[in-house]
Amino acid sequence: MSLIAGLGGGAPTQVAPPRENRSRAYRPLLAPGLVYLVLFFVVPVGSLLAMSLYVKTPGGDLGDYSPAFRWQNYVDAVVNFYPQILRSFGFAAIATVACLAIGYPIAYAIAVRARNLPLVQNMLLILVVAPFFTSFILRTIAWKMILADEGWVVAALHWLQVLPEGGRLTATPFAVICGLTYNFLPFMILPIYAGLGRLDPRLLEAGADLYATPFTCFRKVTLPLSMPGVVGGTLLVSIPAAGDYVNAVLLGNNTNTAMIGQVIDQRFFRILDYPTAASLSVILMVAILLLVSLYIRRAGTEDLL
Amino acid sequence: MADPGAALEIWGVTKRFGSFTAVDDLDLTIPRGEFFALLGPSGCGKTTTLRMVAGLEKPTAGLLSIEGRDVTGVPPHRRPVNTVFQSYALFPHLTIAENVAFGLRRKREKEIDTRVAEALELVELGGMAQRRPSQLSGGQQQRVALARAIVNRPAVLLLDEPLGALDLKLRRQMQLELKRIQTEVGITFVHVTHDQEEAMTMADGVAVMNKGRIEQMGAPEHLYELPRTAFVANFLGQSNLVRGNVVEVRSDGAVGVDVGGNRVLVRADRARDTEGAVLVGVRPEKITMLVDGQESSPGQNVLGPGVVTDVSFTGVSTQYQVDVPGVGVFGVFAQNLVGAATVALGATVRLAWSARFTFGVDGDEDVREGTVDVDCEP
Amino acid sequence: MSGPAATRPGARTAWRSRLGSALIPTMAVLGVLYLMIPIAYTVAFSFNDAGRRNLVWRGFTLDNWKNPCDAPQICDAFANSLKVGVLATVISTALGTLLAIALVRYRFRGRPAINLLIFLPMSTPEVVIGAALLAQFLSLRVQLGFWTVVAAHVMFCVSFVVVTVKARVASLDPALEEAAADLYATPFQTFWRVTFPLLLPGIGAAALLAFSLSFDDFIITNFNSGAFTTFPKFVYVAATRGIPAQANVIGTFMFVLAILLVVASQVVASARAKRRRG
Repeated sequence: MSLIAGLGGGAPTQVAPPRENRSRAYRPLLAPGLVYLVLFFVVPVGSLLAMSLYVKTPGGDLGDYSPAFRWQNYVDAVVNFYPQILRSFGFAAIATVACLAIGYPIAYAIAVRARNLPLVQNMLLILVVAPFFTSFILRTIAWKMILADEGWVVAALHWLQVLPEGGRLTATPFAVICGLTYNFLPFMILPIYAGLGRLDPRLLEAGADLYATPFTCFRKVTLPLSMPGVVGGTLLVSIPAAGDYVNAVLLGNNTNTAMIGQVIDQRFFRILDYPTAASLSVILMVAILLLVSLYIRRAGTEDLL
Repeated sequence: MADPGAALEIWGVTKRFGSFTAVDDLDLTIPRGEFFALLGPSGCGKTTTLRMVAGLEKPTAGLLSIEGRDVTGVPPHRRPVNTVFQSYALFPHLTIAENVAFGLRRKREKEIDTRVAEALELVELGGMAQRRPSQLSGGQQQRVALARAIVNRPAVLLLDEPLGALDLKLRRQMQLELKRIQTEVGITFVHVTHDQEEAMTMADGVAVMNKGRIEQMGAPEHLYELPRTAFVANFLGQSNLVRGNVVEVRSDGAVGVDVGGNRVLVRADRARDTEGAVLVGVRPEKITMLVDGQESSPGQNVLGPGVVTDVSFTGVSTQYQVDVPGVGVFGVFAQNLVGAATVALGATVRLAWSARFTFGVDGDEDVREGTVDVDCEP
Repeated sequence: MSGPAATRPGARTAWRSRLGSALIPTMAVLGVLYLMIPIAYTVAFSFNDAGRRNLVWRGFTLDNWKNPCDAPQICDAFANSLKVGVLATVISTALGTLLAIALVRYRFRGRPAINLLIFLPMSTPEVVIGAALLAQFLSLRVQLGFWTVVAAHVMFCVSFVVVTVKARVASLDPALEEAAADLYATPFQTFWRVTFPLLLPGIGAAALLAFSLSFDDFIITNFNSGAFTTFPKFVYVAATRGIPAQANVIGTFMFVLAILLVVASQVVASARAKRRRG
C-alpha cells in the first residue's frame, strides 16, 4: 500500500482494479510534469554531482571553481567530516526509535482503541497533525524555550536530581534529538495509523477465540500486520531527519552536535567551498537511496506512491 | 451483407488479451425489437462481447454492425448504443434528473425536461428527480440507470448483469419490469447474465456462451427442451446426463441406447450421434417414479431400479435424488400436488418418462461439463 | 479434557489485563499532550509583552495582536510567503494532477521509472535538493530570488500532489467515465463534466498540502533565495537576535486558520453524510 498516502491517514476505498487504457492519451498528461521534474530535479542533481568533482581555480578568488573530475573530493569530504556524517545518521536513528516508541501507542490508540468513536478519532488525528500547522521554525524555537536553563523543565530535573547542578539541556545532543523526534513524530504516527486502521478487528476476535491473551494477540497478530506501516513511518522519519540541520542549529552547539546538513550549509554560504558541500550532499543522498532501495527491493515501485 | 432489419450483427469477432482469448470468432445476429440474452458462466466472454458492442473494447478481429452500419472502429460516444452498467455508474455529483438528461444534453436534443420526466415515469421514479444517487436504494439506482439509457432511444440497449446486486424478491420484480418496459418501448435489449432462470424468464432469444464461443442459440424453451451440447444441457438446469452405447437405429431413425442394461430411445431429431458412445439426458420434471407394482405406459423409457437417496421439499415441488447402480444419480422433480413427498427416502423405484423428452449429445463430451462454475480468467 | 473452568480468567490476569487496557490510552494522552506543548508555548508567547527578545514571560498584552506588522520586515516576509505559496500551489497542483491521472489510468512502458522519478524528491533530504538547485542556479548564473524560490517549491510539491491525487483517482470508478462515453460525451466532455468534478476534493486536498509545504519550507528556500525573505527564513534569521512576538502572532494565526479549515471540512463532510442518510 502506498507509503506516502498513509501519511494522509485515509483508508483506501476498495474498488476493482481499473481496466487500464493502452491509448496514447497519456503523453500530454505526463509531459509537463515530467519535463519539470527533469529540469528541476534530475538536471540539478546532475549539476550537484558535477560540482562535487570540481577543483579550485588556481589563482582564483574565493568561490571560483573549475570543472574537473577530482574524485579525491569525496575522500577528503569523508575524512574531514565523518564525525558529522555518522552523527547525523546516529541522531536520525535515535530519533526514529524515539518516534516509534512514542508514536506507536498513539497510533494504536487512535486506530484500534478509538475505532468505534469516530469523533474521538477525528479529534485525535487533528491534534496529531496540528503541529504541522505551526511554523517548523517556531516549533523548534519553542523547544529551545522549554528546555532553556531558566525554564521549568530544567528546574524540575535539577530538583529530581536527574540533571546535575549546572547541567543544561539546550545546546546538547539531547535537545537536538528531542527536537528531531518532536518534529517528525506525525510522520511516524500517520503511516502506522493507516496500517492499523486496515487491520480487520475480526482477526483479533479469532485470536481470542483461539485462546490467545490480549498481549499475545498483539504480539502475534497486530504487530506483524502493522509492520508495513512501521516500515513506512521509519523511512518517512529517518530520511528527513538525517539531512535536517535546523534542529541542530537552533537546539545544539557547534561542537558536538553539528550535523551534516549544517556543514553543507556552511560550506555553501560561509566558506564558499562548493565541491565539498556538493560531495557531502551526494554522500548523504547515496546513503539514503541505499536505504530506500532496500525498501523497493521488498515492496516494488508501485507501492512507493 | 449488413442487414438493416437486424439491430445488431457480429461477424467473426475475436478478442484476445495477451495470450488469453476472451471471445473466439463470434457470429451473432439479433433482430430488431427483440429481448435477447447472452447467458454463460462468470467471466467467459459475454461481458467482453457486450463491451465491444458498446465500443468500450476494440475487437482484435471481426466486424460489428448496428442497424446495418459498420461501427467496428467507431468510438463509444458516437455509437447509437447505451449501456446499463453492472455497478449502475450513476454520476454521484449530479442529481437523478441531471443523470438521466446527461446523454440528451451531450447530443443537444430538444425538450430535454419532458423526456427526462417521461423516462422517470416509465421506471416509476417520478418524484426522485432532485435527489442524489447516494440517497437512493440499490433497486432505485438500477432503475435510474435504466432510465438514463432508455431516454436516448438507442438502437440497441445493453444491460450488463444489471440485477446481480439485488436480492431475490427484488430481482424477480425487476425482471418482470424490464420485460414490460422493453415491450412498451420496443427497443432491442441485449441482456448479459449468468442466471439461467433470469435469461429464460425475460428473453425472446438466448445465446449460451462458454469459453468465448456460442454453444447454442435460440428461444429459451428450445434451448431447454433440446440442448445440443452437454454444457447447455447442464447449464440450463439439471440434465441427468448419463453414458450409453448406441445398440440400434430404428426405421424411423430413432436411436436405441443401452444405458446400464436399460434400453433408452431417443427420437431421430433429438439425437446427436447415431453410433458409438453417446450421452443421453432427460429433464428432472419429466420423470415419474414407479414404485413396486406400478407399470410404465407405452412410449416411455424406463430406467432402474434405483434407491431414493435424498428427498427435499422446496414448497413448489419435492426434489428427489435417485441412485441407479451402474448408471448414475438422477434428479427428479415432482410437483407438489398433495402437500408432502409421495416417495420415501430409501424406497426402491424405477424411473419412467415419455421417450420424446429424451435428448442426446456428443459422447465425447464431459458429463459434468457446465455443472461446475469453471474459473475463467477475465 | 478442558472444561468451562479452564476459560475463566483468574483474578490476577483480570487485574493485569485492566492495567494493560489503561496503558494504551494513558500513553496516547501523554503523547498528544507532548505534541501540544510547543504549540501552547507559541500561542502563549504571542501575548507576551516582550520587546525585542521574546524569551521570558513578562506580561500579558494584546499589543502584538493589534500591531502584527510592527516588527520590521515581518509582514513583507509573510506576504512573500503567501505569494510564493499561491503561485507554487497552482503550478504544482496542475502538473501533479495531470501526472496522477496518467499514472493511474494508463498503462505504458517506463511506468516504474516514472514512479521512481516522482518518488525521489520526496525521499531526498531537503539539504540535498536545496544544494542541487543552488548548484544549478550558480552554474547558470541565475539571480536568486522570488522566481528561483517558486521554481524550487513547485518541484518538491509536485510529488506530494501526485500522491494525494493518485489516491483519489484510484478510488474513482472507471465505469463512470465509461458511462459518460456511452452517453455521447467526447473525451474532453467526459473529463470536464465527470472526472474533474469528482476529483475536485482530492485536488483540493493536494492544493492545501502543497500550500502548507510551501509556506512552511525553510531549508530549500534558504538555499535558493538570496536576499529574498520568506516567513520561515525571517524567523530563523531572527532567532539569533531575538524573535519578535509578532512572529508568534502570525504563527498562531496560521495555526488557528488551519485548524478551522480542517474542522470546517469535517463538519461539511458529516453534514453531507447525514443528508445522505436522511
